[in-house]
Amino acid sequence: MAVTNVPAPSLGAPAVARRRAKTSALVRVLQYTGTRIVAIGVAVVIAVYLTILIANMGGYVDQMRIAAIREGVSMFVYQAEQYRNLSGEQKRQLIEEMVQVQIQALKLDQPFFIRSFRYLWNGLTLNLGYAEQLTSDRGSRQVQHILLDRLGPTLLLQASGSLLTFFAALFVGLALSRGYGSLLDRIVVALAPSSSAPAWFYGIFLILIFAAVLGWLPFGGMVKTPPPANKWEYFLSVLEHLILPVSAVFISNIFAATFAQRTFFLIYSSEDYVEMAKAKGLPDRAIERRYILRPTLPPIVTNLALTLITLWTGSVTLETVFNWPGLGQLFWTASRLPDTPVIVANTIIYAYLLAITVLILDIVYAIVDPRVKVGGTEGQGQ
Amino acid sequence: MSRFAATIKQLSQYPSAVLGMFFILMLVGLAIYAMATMPLSQAIDLWRGTGDTWQYTPRNAAPAWLNLFPGINKPVTMDFDTRKLPESRTVEEVAPGMWEVRVSFPFDFTYDDFPTEVNVFTTVSNTTARPFLSMKWITPDGREIPLVDANLRSSESFRLDQDSRLTRRLGGQPARIGLFADPNSDKLVPLKGRYELVAEAVLFDADAELDVRLVVYGQLHGLAGTDHRRRDLTIALLWGTPIALAMGLMGAIGATVTTMAIAAIGTWFGGWVDNLIQRITEINMMLPAFPLLIMVGTLVDRSLLLLTAIWVALGIFSGSIKSYRAMFLQVKESPYIEAAKAYGASNMRIILQYMMPRILPVLVPTFVNLVPSFVFFEATISVLGLGDPLLPTWGKVLSEAEAQGALHNGYYYWVLAPSLLLVFAGMGFALLGFALDRVFNPRLRSL
Repeated sequence: MAVTNVPAPSLGAPAVARRRAKTSALVRVLQYTGTRIVAIGVAVVIAVYLTILIANMGGYVDQMRIAAIREGVSMFVYQAEQYRNLSGEQKRQLIEEMVQVQIQALKLDQPFFIRSFRYLWNGLTLNLGYAEQLTSDRGSRQVQHILLDRLGPTLLLQASGSLLTFFAALFVGLALSRGYGSLLDRIVVALAPSSSAPAWFYGIFLILIFAAVLGWLPFGGMVKTPPPANKWEYFLSVLEHLILPVSAVFISNIFAATFAQRTFFLIYSSEDYVEMAKAKGLPDRAIERRYILRPTLPPIVTNLALTLITLWTGSVTLETVFNWPGLGQLFWTASRLPDTPVIVANTIIYAYLLAITVLILDIVYAIVDPRVKVGGTEGQGQ
Repeated sequence: MSRFAATIKQLSQYPSAVLGMFFILMLVGLAIYAMATMPLSQAIDLWRGTGDTWQYTPRNAAPAWLNLFPGINKPVTMDFDTRKLPESRTVEEVAPGMWEVRVSFPFDFTYDDFPTEVNVFTTVSNTTARPFLSMKWITPDGREIPLVDANLRSSESFRLDQDSRLTRRLGGQPARIGLFADPNSDKLVPLKGRYELVAEAVLFDADAELDVRLVVYGQLHGLAGTDHRRRDLTIALLWGTPIALAMGLMGAIGATVTTMAIAAIGTWFGGWVDNLIQRITEINMMLPAFPLLIMVGTLVDRSLLLLTAIWVALGIFSGSIKSYRAMFLQVKESPYIEAAKAYGASNMRIILQYMMPRILPVLVPTFVNLVPSFVFFEATISVLGLGDPLLPTWGKVLSEAEAQGALHNGYYYWVLAPSLLLVFAGMGFALLGFALDRVFNPRLRSL
């Protein structure tokens, strides 16, 4: 992907060449960023459109919607006092008219293909619309209110769980790679396979031990019912409910994550240039900072970014097992109903957040890893 | 073959690998046993439990081996059937055209607790007139308690606990307690000793047959206990094994090979290939995979095979391709790749022999973690209620336990048995994989 054809600097004019190289580097970065924005934008549009297609079952959901409207209208006409004197034929006509009015109001008479693009446009402009069945805690039908209700709990649970695990693994991993072969190191290596089980699985065990047998902590939920009026008590209650799910996330990930970081650092610390640095007699700290941490930074940044992205979707199963009122559980409920606007809105926001993360990641990548050359002739190296 | 033997030999030096292989072999043995003793169709039929398949087992009973623990002595299901115990039935012609059948089931009851239910089932065949049946209960201390007098239709079930007249006769206690309670004790404790059920009936046809079955439902049953629908959990736990192993292996192989190959090809060739792969990945990453799977599961079909295939497909162009790519990008810039290019190595040679081996140390743990993750994938979708509609699997046992509030109600065995099997499967592969990792990646061996 040769973005630019920089003329080779002539040997006779080093200053000009340097200036040229500088401006062309800026142009390259801008061009690169521009193409990335376009590419990621296209990806967002396609992903959202695919979700709309699936969530509407290619238009099948609308048939269900029309059937529901017809049923509602029929019930109303046959039961309402003012229509009692109408004949059967008149009633049927009336029903047909009222159904058509509602269908036109919802624009369900358009072909699904056309409507799907309207849904797409509404979605992309964050015009999230109204839910079909779900409501927010205060009874609002607006999808954004429903999502906002659930966002807090999910972020609370996932952020405490994932970030705790990520940073603990990073620092412990680095420490273990220094004290390679120690007892703690061997214990972590031995326990690494424990992460093959997902968080909800450990959650069940934790519930069994701490809720069912010992009775110390609640079975699930985010706050006790009824919620305490006092803010401090509310906070304590949430904290109490948070312990088990966060522990489940932590236990299920910490050993494998630590093992991965440790192995990763060990691989990089056995590189030749590290040996060279050691031979030169550089202090350990300097070797670590310059020769081990620096090349391992890009994958770590990727890892962190991907961890942050998963925060948004939450964990459907973990939230179900712990009855945690988060986005994962919302998605689950919405899919079962199905409540299409909620599903689509959730996807759209997820896609937007991801797009922003990926874009930032791309730019950060180019900065932290000089070996990944922006806009260079990829494929054949340089 | 010799290479395989050498690998095994090397592996046997790692205790964790030996433990892992032990778990896996145990599960493979269990899977073979399941497949050999019961065809899948029969397991599915039994697990669906149509009709009266599960009449004779107790509801929510814990495993019978709990009695081996000191201090636990709970009743186990006792099942007496004239078809299996022909000597318990005597027939006598009391008058011309009248035969008196006497069925007697003596049994010793030595448990510290009461049964959960007492039922009597009768079937009569080849008869023109309805026979008259009268049953009584003889306790160890010699009391005779009349149970039921009835005209029998072709098949009857007497649920003694629900017989309100009997309950009144027993002083307000349901039969499962009243029939066994010690009358001389202040506390409600069962009287130990020899009980006897006597059923007498008069038949009016020479070839008429009366069969009686007494079931004293225990608090414990079988190897794995039973669930809320009285189904013996052994079936699902046994047959869940081959299903879990197959799913785990197929899923893991499918996912790893495709993802890594595509990442390597994309990174090496660069240009439009890399671009296309990256664009697909980006679109795919923005699709919320698990919710999509849930949508397919709820709206289309819940078959385990379909859902696993979709999960693998959604996983090919996933986040891991991006981290593989990050690694490959660095590998590609390494001097030894430069050298390979300089001496004219082909693209395929560089990808297969120089690039992929380089990230193997990171890949093998991924593959290893994938087998259990596909085993757990089944459990995960089952816990969400998307389990395969037909197959008896570990995940479905677990999900039903969850749905029935097994932990709230103290039915721990119901959660623990499938969980332990999942742990064995997960740990088995993970432990083995960690050792394999060292065998196949000599570089790691010193780490």
